Amino acid sequence: MNSKYEIVIGLEVHVQLTTASKIFCGCPIRFGAPPNSQTCPVCLGLPGALPVLNRQAVQMAIIAGLATGCEIAGRSVFARKNYFYPDLPKGYQISQYELPVCRQGELAIVTEAGGKTIGITRIHMEEDAGKLLHTEAEGGRYSQVDLNRACTPLLEIVSEPDLRSSDEAVAYLKKLHQIVVYLGVCDGNLEEGSFRCDANVSLRPWGQKELGTRSEIKNVNSFRFVKQAIDYEVERQAELLDEGGKVTQETRLFDPTAGTTRSMRGKEEAHDYRYFPDPDLVPLVISRQWVEEVRATLPELPQAKVERFITELGLPLYDAEVLAAERQIADYFEACVAAGGQPKACSNWVMGEVIRGLNAEAIDIAACPVTPPRLAGMLQRIDDGTISGKIAKTVFDEMWRSGQGADAIIEAKGLRQVTDTGAIEPIIDAIIAANPAQVEEYRSGKEKVFGFFVGQVMKASKGKANPAAVNELLLKKLKA
Amino acid sequence: MTLEKQEMKITRHEVEHVARLARLALGEDELKALTGQLDAILGYVEQLKNLDTDGIEPTAHAVPMENAFREDGTRPPLPVELALQNAPVATDGCFRVPKVIE
Repeated sequence: MNSKYEIVIGLEVHVQLTTASKIFCGCPIRFGAPPNSQTCPVCLGLPGALPVLNRQAVQMAIIAGLATGCEIAGRSVFARKNYFYPDLPKGYQISQYELPVCRQGELAIVTEAGGKTIGITRIHMEEDAGKLLHTEAEGGRYSQVDLNRACTPLLEIVSEPDLRSSDEAVAYLKKLHQIVVYLGVCDGNLEEGSFRCDANVSLRPWGQKELGTRSEIKNVNSFRFVKQAIDYEVERQAELLDEGGKVTQETRLFDPTAGTTRSMRGKEEAHDYRYFPDPDLVPLVISRQWVEEVRATLPELPQAKVERFITELGLPLYDAEVLAAERQIADYFEACVAAGGQPKACSNWVMGEVIRGLNAEAIDIAACPVTPPRLAGMLQRIDDGTISGKIAKTVFDEMWRSGQGADAIIEAKGLRQVTDTGAIEPIIDAIIAANPAQVEEYRSGKEKVFGFFVGQVMKASKGKANPAAVNELLLKKLKA
Repeated sequence: MTLEKQEMKITRHEVEHVARLARLALGEDELKALTGQLDAILGYVEQLKNLDTDGIEPTAHAVPMENAFREDGTRPPLPVELALQNAPVATDGCFRVPKVIE
């Protein structure tokens, strides 16, 4: 990587909201529906049709704004962004320009280089465009337009040019993604385009105050691609500058197969959007009361959860971060603790068997066949010595398969741990009698053989013997 | 003062630019006429500069109203045939347009 220049990156993230209907009409939002089956006169841009703002979309904008420390504008205005493109039926996109709904927020990120706070310039609301489908039919001379996505509510979250590496850009995106999904305002589905990003990249000589000329990489929808696209763009601009050339301010497209970016020609003039307030929509006024009502219902965010898991539940940092990363997992874990599970034990089982099982069957934790009270119930049976930790895995698998509680399974399968020395002693005697050579080895000082005896006894008891009791008895008998 | 008054508020070049953005193909006569008319309009609006507008919030809407909301409920969308009824050409349930190169 070229180190003669400082890298400056700003990100514009488009977050698709999880409302049931579109932002300005009552059409349902359904990804993958047959083309043009989710439209009406408003989102088709038919003459005379008028947009009416979805209140829930505003609510979600306030939620996202508060969670990123933004000021919520008491008054904001929708504006028309004018340009012609076949996926934009009205010839303008309804967006916000001078008066966006949120301003001046921030997001804390952590990279290998340390912690840092990234400024958020603004968050504004807008409608999405339709989708262009490129067909090979008739020699590929035509494109086709599907307007199902037109008028879908988006938040555009614009960062300050505070990011200094592709790693920081990815850390920022992951953090933002985690937060909007946590808040429930976005489903976070990258493949379906629910969270996509434009990256503004420029270079400047170290120490220079003014920003260099930037290029804008459009519509990247995976964290890996964002890193690739930025790294490529940095190299490209550095080479240009090294050769005494100039970076052109332009829009570039990332090509995932080649791992490169290329210029989207001929869109320069189209950048003159001639914004003006949309006369079809009245100003949006958000009262302090509305903001405070929303603030009161904000869910606990991942960072706060991590801290609470550490201080209140005594979890190690690693556990806290894994569990808090997804809201549903965190909720499941907390439900286990609330049902009486010891926090660290719950954490071990959730991070281990539960997540492994969910991954293996590719199901959501909401569909986990072992409910939190059931898991907590099983953990209690380990605590009170009814079953060993080893047998617990068998019990867990059976709970997963049958949906039954631990107690029923322990009884039905006879998995109760044997702690009674009277029951363990005969097994040990038999093992010792059957293995005179190993006994001799042990007694001549090869203490490693002890493990062999434990293994044999556990096997003979089908795992049900209490390991502590086995150890104690074995030691006594072998030393004798 | 008189000199300033004669200065054009909009140039022919700007009119050409705006026409191009609006996809209007204007002939020589139209360009000339529109440049004059737009110039007159801008000159008229320019009178506002003589007023003291400090502390006056810019007007975003002519109707003194705010917050026209709808609740987040869905309504049945149009049948595909109806949605496509005005399309000059429709194929595969889509509006067909000239090839768009990205």
